[in-house]
Amino acid sequence: MGNALLQYATVLILTIFVGTEIIAKVPSILHTPLMSGSNAIHGVILVGSMLILGSATTNLEMVLGFLAVILGTLNVVGGFVVTDRMLEMFKSKPQERKAKPEEVSE
Amino acid sequence: MSRETLIDLIYLVSATTFLIALKGLGSPRHARRGNMVAAGGMLLAVVATFFKYVDGHALHHVWLILLGIFIGAIVAVPVARFVKMTAMPQLVAIFNGVGGGAAALVSITEFVHIKSSHPATYVTLEVLLGVLIGTVSFAGSSIAFAKLQELMTGRPVTYPGQQIFNGVLGAAALVLIVTILVSGSTVLLWILLALAFVLGVAFVLPIGGADVPVLISLLNAFTGLAVAASGFTLGSNLLIVAGTLVGASGILLTRLMSAAMGRSLSNVLFSAFGSNITASGATEREDGRSVRSGSPEDIGVLLSYASRVVIIPGYGLAVAQGQHVLRELGELLEGKGIEVFYAIHPVAGRMPGHMNVLLAEANVPYEQLVEMDEANTELQTADVALVVGANDTVNPAAMDDKTSPIYGMPIIRADLAENVIFLKRSMRPGFAGIENELLYNPKTLLVFGDAKDTLTKVVATVKAS
Repeated sequence: MGNALLQYATVLILTIFVGTEIIAKVPSILHTPLMSGSNAIHGVILVGSMLILGSATTNLEMVLGFLAVILGTLNVVGGFVVTDRMLEMFKSKPQERKAKPEEVSE
Repeated sequence: MSRETLIDLIYLVSATTFLIALKGLGSPRHARRGNMVAAGGMLLAVVATFFKYVDGHALHHVWLILLGIFIGAIVAVPVARFVKMTAMPQLVAIFNGVGGGAAALVSITEFVHIKSSHPATYVTLEVLLGVLIGTVSFAGSSIAFAKLQELMTGRPVTYPGQQIFNGVLGAAALVLIVTILVSGSTVLLWILLALAFVLGVAFVLPIGGADVPVLISLLNAFTGLAVAASGFTLGSNLLIVAGTLVGASGILLTRLMSAAMGRSLSNVLFSAFGSNITASGATEREDGRSVRSGSPEDIGVLLSYASRVVIIPGYGLAVAQGQHVLRELGELLEGKGIEVFYAIHPVAGRMPGHMNVLLAEANVPYEQLVEMDEANTELQTADVALVVGANDTVNPAAMDDKTSPIYGMPIIRADLAENVIFLKRSMRPGFAGIENELLYNPKTLLVFGDAKDTLTKVVATVKAS
């Protein structure tokens, strides 16, 4: 078992704690964007797909790698676009009521 | 600085942008910018990867990579841009599935690539876990997509001996993994792939439509973990960080969702919830109790003279496309000096927080969307609770009927308000198929019909009064 493995394990453990800490603070009204946003983030598998296709030596590896690149791109691009579309809709009151003089306070 | 160090540094920046995006989701104000920052970080990582050296040479097949990215993008953008907001859950499910599929493919290809160099056992284990989890996520997400898109029945699909069959599948996968670890056989790897696919399908089939949101959240976590496993295999910190973040968030959300339904995760996954409940609901209905029904005009008047109104929307509202009329009604009432809140149950809609997105789309300001606990405090002093297209989330049986399947689920206490108004399509029970006592309560007024039509008439009455 190499030092590299130990280093990756360190990153893994620390990320679990940091991630849980940050995500626990997301309010429930944003849970759908959170799911969709984290969905986009795991699209980083595209980077892995590129490395796989870029080092392919046989036809089989090329076909599998090419498929992986397509699927990974779908994940990344679709994920970020959907999340942006959702978040764009969350508006606050003042912007919303610009036409109306009587501001309703909470 | 060497080329490799520079690229690793860029990857570090990308990983940081992912954290910034998740942190941005702490408030609606910064959320959108955070998402854009992460998208930028992702672009940076992809561009940097083109300059990376693998196995001691620059990337081969660059044109093929560009073609793959082009095809993916040209399909994803229009789909993501134009799908309706009510269809969001199935879209997230399918994007999650392709991510899982990509992770599985990366792991398989890497195994084929490195097999000749006799990799260490732990490397093979990472590969196999990536294949197993990624494929289960891909197959499971596809079935979840089919259920939500109504390409197949949303009810749990059950057959005799199902649990045992699934148990055997799971055990077989583990045995296969151990065998491959010992023998290093590529043929067995393909069998594992097929088995994982069947396992993913079999695992999701018995889960009913009402529980699919929890499932998607869990599958999201699976894909994250599969990506992290690929990260170990490829030796990429970026993949490990991103995958683990998603894994952690998915698991956390899954637990929150199960808790919001008052059930354990294993109950959600293995109990085939909603398959045999309608039968008991039907017998209960024959005891001759009556409900009080009213017209949209009655409601308009009732609302106009209230001083505090809590609106409790459910998925039925979205089905009827009534969000915009509802927002119009809310604004009208506010104009009359009436306090208006929207009480959102955590599992309203088809995924966590789905109802918030649907109302946000209809331009309801997010300050008016209150969570369950706060809503229950407000409801004690509310004059009217207006339930639109919701049912199970306000069912008092969850509190006092120990035999009810939803017993223990936290609910929105519509019953605490002075008056309760239900806009319902029919007397049919909700998604979980359970009779609702609140409908027979003397202070409850029912209005049957399409939620959008009814609300339009209510708006007209309120305007006139």
